[in-house]
Amino acid sequence: MELIRIRGVDKQYKNGVTALCNLDLSIKKGDFVFVIGASGSGKSTLIKLLHREEKPNKGKIIIGGIDVAKLRNSKVYKLRRKLGVVFQDYKLLPKLTVYENVAFALEIFGLSSNEVRTKTIKALELVGLKNKAKQYPDQLSGGEQQRVAIARAIVNGPKLLLCDEPTGNLDPRTSMGIMKVLDVINKMGTTVIMATHDKQIVDKMKKRVVLLDEGKLVKDFEKGTYDNEID
Amino acid sequence: MIMRLIRMIGRDIRDALKSVFRNFSLSMASISCITITLILVSLAIILSYNVNNITVIIKKDFTIVTFLDNKIDQEGINEIEYSIREHPNIAEYKFQSKADIAVSMMEADEIFKSIMQRWDEDENPLKDIFLIKVKDVEKITETAKEIEQLNNVSVVSYGEGIVEQFLSMFKIVEKALLGAVALFVVVTAFLINNTIKLTITARSREIEIMRLVGASNFNIQLPFIVEGLFLGVLGAIIPIILTIYGYNALYINFDGYFYSPFMRLVQPEPYIYILSLILLGIGILVGMFGSFRAVRKYLKI
Repeated sequence: MELIRIRGVDKQYKNGVTALCNLDLSIKKGDFVFVIGASGSGKSTLIKLLHREEKPNKGKIIIGGIDVAKLRNSKVYKLRRKLGVVFQDYKLLPKLTVYENVAFALEIFGLSSNEVRTKTIKALELVGLKNKAKQYPDQLSGGEQQRVAIARAIVNGPKLLLCDEPTGNLDPRTSMGIMKVLDVINKMGTTVIMATHDKQIVDKMKKRVVLLDEGKLVKDFEKGTYDNEID
Repeated sequence: MIMRLIRMIGRDIRDALKSVFRNFSLSMASISCITITLILVSLAIILSYNVNNITVIIKKDFTIVTFLDNKIDQEGINEIEYSIREHPNIAEYKFQSKADIAVSMMEADEIFKSIMQRWDEDENPLKDIFLIKVKDVEKITETAKEIEQLNNVSVVSYGEGIVEQFLSMFKIVEKALLGAVALFVVVTAFLINNTIKLTITARSREIEIMRLVGASNFNIQLPFIVEGLFLGVLGAIIPIILTIYGYNALYINFDGYFYSPFMRLVQPEPYIYILSLILLGIGILVGMFGSFRAVRKYLKI
């Protein structure tokens, strides 16, 4: 079943830079997709369009039946509640503990503290950080901080997880740890889309790979590797 | 759903409290400004309410005493009575003949009685009078002058000028107070605007993450509106205490009236409690208005 359908999407920023050009892409429910390409190829823009941080100038982006391109600003939150986003810089709140950072995503909806506790602990268990719940982000390693961010992204049980270079700041071993977590989440039924330029990860995971170059879709491989995309 | 809302607001109140202490100096500036504004509002309301009250009393009791010529005949009296009855600003009138007055004065005073007894009916030196109550106290001078123009009216007396002076003096004070209140409301709204702006900047990262994890605009805006409301409530505390204790003290100190029984003060209860509620309401409104403006302006949705 198709979860995401992108048709004829153009994105040009106000400063004149063309980030995406006539992009067509379909992603099935439960897929794990790498979006790769050089810097400035439009990977991050694609992620931003998917969680409606940016609006396309042209074309359709349909996620689960909703045209995200036409979504009004005041309704964006409805989309955001159905997906999780993970960034290179984690975006954790330094004054909150690990537990509070994850619970934050539930508390703003006014869930009862019981519900919040159950779901938060479950998410922290999944990323293997239950024992660090009471620590603060600056007491954790980069990989651990990213796992907190992942826990926060999935605590709501989203259908879709978007990752914008989640391993960009991490060493190869830590990166593989993150990938294992993402793989588990994917196997539990969440569709994962990850923008990256980490060759090792892409080669090892053997997932679908989408290559962008200057805003255009160049290649799209099932179970691809980084190299056979680039040549 | 309602439980959710309550929990959300509970969280926002906690955050707002934290924020008030985090930006202590600017919060204090806003709170003091609300306090000054509300004290002025309180003064203005107390003053104008009392002036209104006093004016009502004066309106009820104030009388134009029209003295007729001593030698007037019944026909002349009828003529004057007709003019008075037809006058648009006259609410009611009463005629007292010089004979009636002589009798009542003689009853009131022994010396007067002995003097009066020397005159017989025709020689009575007193004058017939009309006691006139007007509809609009502010036009009392005109009305009195018009009555004075009538034939056979010798003197008109109504406590010339005192009423007008009293009213116009308080009107000036009232206007000055209202002007000051308006000025302070503007300054206060501006200060709260800035306080909330600072909070928004301080919490920009939190707001970004809230957006990311699916907080609605309402979710994001509510804490700032609550903070503005909080500033308003905190700013209203001192004015309310001053109003309740201050007005009570004033009332007791002056025994309920200034100078004469005409200048009666309004009873403190329940008046001061209603006034306190009004002050709290204004504080909350000003606080929320200030923060609402800041949210509109600085919180890009």
